[in-house]
Amino acid sequence: MTETQGDISAEIEAISKEYDASGTVEHGVRLDYPPYRSSILRHPTKAPFQLDPEELELWAPVFGQRDVDPLEADLTIQHRGEPVGERMTVTGRVTDGEGRPVRHQLVEIWQANAGGRYIHQRDQHPAPLDPNFTGMGRCLTDGDGTYRFTTIKPGPYPWRNHQNAWRPAHIHFSLFGTEFTQRLITQMYFPGDPLFALDPIYQAIVDPAARDRLVATYDHDLTTPEWATGYRWDIVLTGSHRTPVEGDVE
Amino acid sequence: MTAAPTPGQTVGPFFGYALPFDGDSELVPLGRPDAVRLTGRVLDGAGEGVPDAIIELWQLAPDGSVPRAEGSFQRDGYTFTGWGRASTDRTGRYSFTTLRPGGPAPYFGLTIFARGLLHRLFTRAYLPGAAPAGLRSLDAEADDRGFVFDIRLQGEGETVFLSYTHDAVPL
Repeated sequence: MTETQGDISAEIEAISKEYDASGTVEHGVRLDYPPYRSSILRHPTKAPFQLDPEELELWAPVFGQRDVDPLEADLTIQHRGEPVGERMTVTGRVTDGEGRPVRHQLVEIWQANAGGRYIHQRDQHPAPLDPNFTGMGRCLTDGDGTYRFTTIKPGPYPWRNHQNAWRPAHIHFSLFGTEFTQRLITQMYFPGDPLFALDPIYQAIVDPAARDRLVATYDHDLTTPEWATGYRWDIVLTGSHRTPVEGDVE
Repeated sequence: MTAAPTPGQTVGPFFGYALPFDGDSELVPLGRPDAVRLTGRVLDGAGEGVPDAIIELWQLAPDGSVPRAEGSFQRDGYTFTGWGRASTDRTGRYSFTTLRPGGPAPYFGLTIFARGLLHRLFTRAYLPGAAPAGLRSLDAEADDRGFVFDIRLQGEGETVFLSYTHDAVPL
């Protein structure tokens, strides 16, 4: 691992310039993005085969109160003590491209602790584990498509893409829509992170406006006095052309 | 007005304590007489197994209906929810215990996530011989316990991945 941040940043910049000159708009993330070294052998080389969804794919799996305990939305109460770090509320709406709320559907999150350490066995970097923080939560959206978590702000952490690589602080989000085709796993970031420009995972979204859609907004109205700060992050899923029918969860 | 979609990002390397759950890959209990196995390996462009992938399965019930029952996180042994999740092992192998899907051209709908994979991939594993012309490479093979379907992310024999025409915004 002799490549430096300068090498990676030069690659990022070259791709960015090429994109700017292309005059096209890309809404999503690239699968083929060599500055993220692990993607090199793991991206398909052929364009996906386009087809119409079958009935199965016009529906999504169902999760309900039997699956998710409301307490799972609070990542700060999973142990006997309080986790270290900045306590915050993270909330927003999940909608489809037409602005329709995704109601009563599962949202899963996972994240590093305030020191940037995951509880995962493979994260061995020498930041402390927090005995009061696991970093995994779940909830169901409400009738308006709103999710809400209480957690602590994750720290940035080092990884081995290149020498002295650091990931901007982020929370992983897993989302289901009303249709199988809307399935999304992504990452939420925090405003103004100085690591954005250096990070080949974030920069794999080559369009600046599209990248911005992964950044939460600080919202003072979401804060709780002497208790928690607040961030808002709305999520828009693709597709959903099935006509809602009776029997859809309201 | 159509709002721009939220872009995807890789599932990363550290989902192992968050996404798996007890019974995740067992849509029905092992040992149920009509249970079948769907298994295969996820392989990278060098032909190596991908040990940090996670596959989700979504399928019709044997009678061809779309499952509408909750309970995937709390398997009771009787409710068929049609959905499961399987992490790959050290050799890149995933495995589900489930029922034969129904319908006219039966298949398992699969979603693939992995470290190094920046956005999820969709494909279908058809029951042997069920794939329509043009998608024949998506026929699973039969074995004595069910079906085998390898997922090659890149290179020779690269799996055909799918996108759905109703996605209003190209990604």
